[in-house]
Amino acid sequence: MSGWGMVWRETENETMRIRIKFSKSGGLRFIGHLDLHKIWERSTRRADIPLLYSQGFHPQPKIQIACALPLGFASNCELVDLWVDGTPDLFILKDSLSKAVPPGLKILDVENVDEKGPPLQTQVQSAEYKISLDQKTDIDSLRQKVEECNKAEKILRERRGKPYDLRPLIELLEVNLDDLKEKPQIHMILASREGATGRPEEVLDFLGIPFDETYIERIHLIFKT
Amino acid sequence: MTPEEIEMKLNKILLNVTKPGRYSGGEMNITIKDWSQDAVRIALVFPDIYDIGISNIGLKILYDQINNRTDALAERAYAPWRDMEELMRSHDLPLYSLETYHPLGTFDMIGFSIPYETLYTNTLNILDLAGIPIRSKDRQDVDPIIIAGGHSTTNPEPMSAFIDAFVIGEGEEVIHDLVNVMKKWKSLRSSADKDSRKIREGILREMAKIDGVYVPSFYSVDYFPDGTIEKVTPDSADLPKIITKRMVAKLPPPPTSFIVPNIEAVHNRISIEIMRGCTRGCRFCHAGIINRPVRERPVAEIVEAAEAAIKSTGYEELALLSLSSSDYTHITDLVQAVSDHFAEKHLSISLPSLRIETVSVDLMDKLRDRRGTGFTLAPEAATERMRKIINKFIPDEQLLETCREIYSRGWTTIKLYFMIGHPSETLEDVQAIADLCKKVLAEGRKVIGFKAKVHAGVSTFVPKPHTPFQWVSCDSVEQITFKQNLLKRELRDKNIKLSWNPPEDTMLEALLSRGDRRLSEVIYLAWRNGAKFDAWQEERKYTIWNDAIRETGLDSDFYTHRQRRIDEIFPWDHISTAVKKSFLFKDLKSSLEGQIRIDCRQQCFACGILPTFNDLRRQNPGDYWKCPPVIGPGRKSVTRSDEEYSRIKAGESVKGSEDYS
Ligand code: SF4
Repeated sequence: MSGWGMVWRETENETMRIRIKFSKSGGLRFIGHLDLHKIWERSTRRADIPLLYSQGFHPQPKIQIACALPLGFASNCELVDLWVDGTPDLFILKDSLSKAVPPGLKILDVENVDEKGPPLQTQVQSAEYKISLDQKTDIDSLRQKVEECNKAEKILRERRGKPYDLRPLIELLEVNLDDLKEKPQIHMILASREGATGRPEEVLDFLGIPFDETYIERIHLIFKT
Repeated sequence: MTPEEIEMKLNKILLNVTKPGRYSGGEMNITIKDWSQDAVRIALVFPDIYDIGISNIGLKILYDQINNRTDALAERAYAPWRDMEELMRSHDLPLYSLETYHPLGTFDMIGFSIPYETLYTNTLNILDLAGIPIRSKDRQDVDPIIIAGGHSTTNPEPMSAFIDAFVIGEGEEVIHDLVNVMKKWKSLRSSADKDSRKIREGILREMAKIDGVYVPSFYSVDYFPDGTIEKVTPDSADLPKIITKRMVAKLPPPPTSFIVPNIEAVHNRISIEIMRGCTRGCRFCHAGIINRPVRERPVAEIVEAAEAAIKSTGYEELALLSLSSSDYTHITDLVQAVSDHFAEKHLSISLPSLRIETVSVDLMDKLRDRRGTGFTLAPEAATERMRKIINKFIPDEQLLETCREIYSRGWTTIKLYFMIGHPSETLEDVQAIADLCKKVLAEGRKVIGFKAKVHAGVSTFVPKPHTPFQWVSCDSVEQITFKQNLLKRELRDKNIKLSWNPPEDTMLEALLSRGDRRLSEVIYLAWRNGAKFDAWQEERKYTIWNDAIRETGLDSDFYTHRQRRIDEIFPWDHISTAVKKSFLFKDLKSSLEGQIRIDCRQQCFACGILPTFNDLRRQNPGDYWKCPPVIGPGRKSVTRSDEEYSRIKAGESVKGSEDYS
């Protein structure tokens, strides 16, 4: 979808690569990565922001989204890069785009980045998640499990029929109480590089927490330095 | 259940279903209104999955009509797919509206759009998922009023036990009449007794007096001993004996703020209806009769609407819809205007239903419609004899010339649509379909070599109510299978792709579209035994349907394979599309004589539309409406232009159905 290996239209006009930070919540949590791509394409058309297109029989707009957010997760740190034909004012662009995105998506920040910089997908190193749990979760036994996990040298698991070690993908894992000091919360930082992506639901499964009793938010994308 | 409770349950179950985006709502361009206001609340339902229903224009028109009022609100719901239904049932989650998650049972009125018969069981299933009694007679004052519209309701009888009121014809205006009645009764409804039906009865009595609204429970049907209908009688003198369809004299501006799904749907596009109705008079065509007369939208209005729609939706595809685009008076201007306007916008534009002539290729070329590399033509029949019978006359040479042109302009695939099972069809007519496909491919070979492909879509004819062919019988499963096997045998070329419908599906369609109100029980039993999504291919459903028919003691052949008597009263005869039965019968006779009728834009054949809507036409002057002025009485009803005559080569006369087995 992101157009690897495609030839982008050479243009004499000035162009811009714009990085947008956005949040995804509400009903939009149930919309997957490919559909999100389309949402950006249509939102920019509604906002009358001309994108650069690939050449060829089926021209594709140049859009890059950082790492895919799994279905059901909320986030306030998603990133998308858009290649824009022209050099629009970023304040105006933010404003018109904010009106053109569907409910559940919010534009948090817009900035101009180096057009020649590496693809967005390759710049992310790891991702931080906050997982809210049900009130009835037993926090002490959860703490024990987390400790067990942190001490382990290997956590061998299987995903889609392939064995792998989950442990090296976990960079941080801890339990605390939420701001109201009522419900337990899990914090984790997982590797999120191409070819090495830790999945929160795998960690939850290891901890014995049913996925559908949680609310997961991605709160931070950590870039390579 | 409150919307908040529904949302909480959804959060738990949505990750366990395929495409959860079908059930979460929150799309661009939806209307959310305040429920604390005393507005009339209407749920609009398309009884198929979201992916199909979301792009239905009919419901979008009603959605806008209702939401533009300050005293009413409209929200949407679709049929949940099997996995979601299972979870909804096990979690006691009632079917809810996508806008505000209100259960369907809390609306004042539910409007179903039912374009085709295979949605009947889904309609029952939706009522059940909403916790609303399936049968009209079991509903109480607290339950919503259930209405239905769409093409299938021109024969409302099979669904008459389940739908409180049917809308016959176009919905743009009549929806307001219905909302007004609901508004008047709304305050009474909220104070209704639990087990009372009095208010309901009052509402329906009033609705039954609205032009174009049919309340089946107020009509009784008497049968002759042979099972055919003797008469249909309203239970009170102030109800119409015949319910005539509603029709808008001038098409209102088309909708532009289409709801944009967050997931991919079957059609992801802006659809603008450029014209309604068709004057070609193909005798098998239901839409061609029931949507008369032809009304066009001005070019400027279409371009303006397209522009507004692109702005509000961001869609990358624009479809200009009608039953026969080539017949739109200013088609060349329209195509020019559209391509000038939207050339630089990375937009693909489609213009379906073009006539088989080289001009069509020019039109498509201008639109640069290369998206799907196929070009579609619908000759429907392959012999000249058969083309005269169905009144879709086009000489082979013209078809081949058009195909040559298509291949030479860069398309590699031509899709040809045919129908088998037309009245008096012989095996030669079927064989001719295969021969013609090969001829078309041979033309392609000459132009572009082995890249050329043909896709033959061969469906099976079902004699539809309100058409000239409503008297004829439908082929049997054996006949259809025999004909399909012939085509499969003949079209083994790997560059010709053949597709067809299972004959059992055709039987089901024939039964449900030609049936009377005794079929309600069959539909009910089939649904109760698990039939739903009947448009989807699944073996199990045939057994269920056959069992249901057997259980009611009805004979499906009576509905599907019986040649109907000339003087027979059809189950749909008290519903009028304003096209007279005598006109249809005359057209059937012309068909048997191999006579074709020209486009009635050139000459009116007095089908009945003009006298029925004379006043309406007078009140709405202008040339939107394309029936020509009537030249006076005494005209022969079957005529052909000289040009048309010269194109017809001497064809053999039609003797009626020939036996080939
Ligand atoms: S009234 Fe005449 S012109 Fe109009 S649709 Fe009928 S036959 Fe055609």
